[in-house]
Amino acid sequence: MAVTSVDHVGLDTYKFGFHDDIKPVYTSPKGLSEAVVREISRQKDEPAWMLDFRLESLRQFERKPMPTWGADLSRIDFDDIHYYIRPQDRQARSWDDVPDDIKSTFDKLGIPQAERKFLAGVGAQYDSEVVYHSIREDLEKQGVVFLDMDSGLREHEDLVRQHFGTIIPNGDNKFAALNSAVWSGGSFVYVPAGVSVDIPLQAYFRINTQNMGQFERTLIIVEPGAYVHYVEGCTAPVYASDALHSAVVEIIVKEGARCRYTTIQNWSSDVFNLVTKRAVAYRDATMEWVDGNLGSKVTMKYPAVYLMEPGAHGEVLSIAFAGSGQHQDAGAKMVHAAPDTSSLITSKSISRNGGRTAYRGYVQVLPEAERCRANVECDALLIDDRSRSDTYPYMDIEESNVTIQHEATVSKVSDQQVYYLMSRGLTEEQAMALVISGFIEPIVKELPMEYAVEMNRLIELQMEGSIG
Amino acid sequence: MSATNGQMSAANGQPTLSIRGLHVAVGDVEILRGLDLDVPCGEVHALMGPNGSGKSTLANALMGHPDYEVTAGSVHFKGQAVLDLETDERARLGLFLAFQYPAEIPGVRVASFLRMALNARRSEEISVMAFRRLLLDKMKMLKMAPRFAERYLNEGFSGGEKKRNEILQLAVLQPDLAILDETDSGLDIDALRIVADGVNTLRASNLGVLVITHYQRLLNYIVPDRVHVLIDGRVVESGGKELVHRLEAEGYERYEDAVSRQEA
Ligand SMILES: Nc1ncnc2c1ncn2[C@@H]1O[C@H](COP(=O)(O)OP(=O)(O)O)[C@@H](O)[C@H]1O
Ligand SMILES: [Mg+2]
Repeated sequence: MAVTSVDHVGLDTYKFGFHDDIKPVYTSPKGLSEAVVREISRQKDEPAWMLDFRLESLRQFERKPMPTWGADLSRIDFDDIHYYIRPQDRQARSWDDVPDDIKSTFDKLGIPQAERKFLAGVGAQYDSEVVYHSIREDLEKQGVVFLDMDSGLREHEDLVRQHFGTIIPNGDNKFAALNSAVWSGGSFVYVPAGVSVDIPLQAYFRINTQNMGQFERTLIIVEPGAYVHYVEGCTAPVYASDALHSAVVEIIVKEGARCRYTTIQNWSSDVFNLVTKRAVAYRDATMEWVDGNLGSKVTMKYPAVYLMEPGAHGEVLSIAFAGSGQHQDAGAKMVHAAPDTSSLITSKSISRNGGRTAYRGYVQVLPEAERCRANVECDALLIDDRSRSDTYPYMDIEESNVTIQHEATVSKVSDQQVYYLMSRGLTEEQAMALVISGFIEPIVKELPMEYAVEMNRLIELQMEGSIG
Repeated sequence: MSATNGQMSAANGQPTLSIRGLHVAVGDVEILRGLDLDVPCGEVHALMGPNGSGKSTLANALMGHPDYEVTAGSVHFKGQAVLDLETDERARLGLFLAFQYPAEIPGVRVASFLRMALNARRSEEISVMAFRRLLLDKMKMLKMAPRFAERYLNEGFSGGEKKRNEILQLAVLQPDLAILDETDSGLDIDALRIVADGVNTLRASNLGVLVITHYQRLLNYIVPDRVHVLIDGRVVESGGKELVHRLEAEGYERYEDAVSRQEA
């Protein structure tokens, strides 16, 4: 295992992803073609097998039909997207180009100036580089690898080659195929056997423009008995100039290991956010997806866990918040492929101001996967009469000796609740926000502290000025 | 109607709450029909009446519940006309209602809610530590276990726990006037005593209280300065605490007969 070679990654190399100043500035022309894919791979100086993988993925993408279920994707114009922009070129955007509503949200959230520019895609430099540096030194001592995916491929080619695309094959779905063809950035995490990483690994620390790319690719390998919590995203709105975000995340959790992957997504309201996330969990392993979807125009995201061996446990905790013009189609997929496996899906959605949420879940129990337990709970909260929530719970149970529970509720914030809280001095907006934060509490309490605080603050902001 | 006038000169001076000719309708039905009442600060007044006479309607109309439409009359609180104020504005002015049926708010802890409510009426936020001390102190007074503060607001509370939690909020928020709507129902005798002790303590610090009940029980522990009888949307008699015993012995029948004679 090439773990030790982490030492060779200099920070300078890391910071810009490319340090060869002689290379011409490169932004791919709009639209997708074999030439574009070849150029991306050439720019990154990738091994031939990765180029082949990309080209094969492009063919898959061209063959695959658009999903006809879920949200309306007809407005995506694949010809009107830059599939690759070198990180340093992204900085070219100026602060003046950032929309006012995003700037004012930064104000309200109290985001430091340096961070704002990063979040708005204006600057690449960020103070947390220093934080990341010291964290990485600690991690390296334990043999933990935490790199952006491009560096991961360079520094740990064997490990990447062995696992890349094995959990989510490039032909899995149209958007996974697209990501496989044009991916850039994302994270590569490797945790050696028995190592418990005691701080959450935050993509946020390892900040540069790459990990906020539109086509991130993340691979996490957790060896037997190890533990890691990976956190991506942030509650502040992320301003993207291109309107498609299509990431792929693959996770392997080996015997007795545990992995938690937390996402807080708050893309600006013009983004199509179509993400494929899947983990495999082996004997007595635990995989937990904690997923918060606040922003974007359309989100389609169904984190999956394949429970491969007895004792494996999978969880998905998700929150979706849809406001005006937003459609959050989110859910989970659990595949019980072995006896004595268990899964838990808890989904909470909030729709307001004409927003639309859907829970779309799939629980599958394969033949002879005896004594499995699956529990699904999805609760929807509607803030007004114009908003909408749907539930699509699919079950495919091919074994009789199992325990399956499913519970779905749809509720509204009751006038009685709001009146009660107002009678104690809270404004109507505060009262609404408090009822909502109570509704998602079971999930928010699983978030790292600073995210939980921001999440509640954000919901207050969303409610501000929303009551006439 | 003139029964309430004598209170204007009561020991504590100014009426903190002053209601004149109040008419309240729910939907098409008029429930309060010309109600007059004064509650001076530092005094405890009892409002007694049979089921359905409009006691909770009065409480909700005073607090500004949107379903209760005031069609005529005025309400002044601390010298200010309150009928045009929103519920939260009335609360911040110092009006408090301990509900007969408090709403459940899942996922919101008693402590965090109370801190928010307290901050809503202060110009400067209370520190986490100071709030903690205040809360534990009041919970001790009401003989509540500290872990109660970490439960979700009213969710899964027994009837008695809900009532005690209302009084806890009263003790923490320290309003100027508290309306207790059937706080005694659902309380066993020990809990009743604890709650009454709590209210009596607050009463000493100039809190005005309007105790709504249709039993004598609670009034044995919270002894009222004045008692008002509500029948069919009007105060038909006011008197001293001896009125409680007469009502207990005779019931409300004679008033109801009088009212129906009047209406015939
Ligand atoms: N929200 C409401 N909707 C319809 N009717 C109501 C409502 N609240 C009270 N009422 C009616 O008004 C009358 C008085 O009720 P209430 O004030 O609750 O009486 P009390 O508290 O004295 O028992 C009753 O006839 C009751 O049915
Ligand atoms: Mg009542």
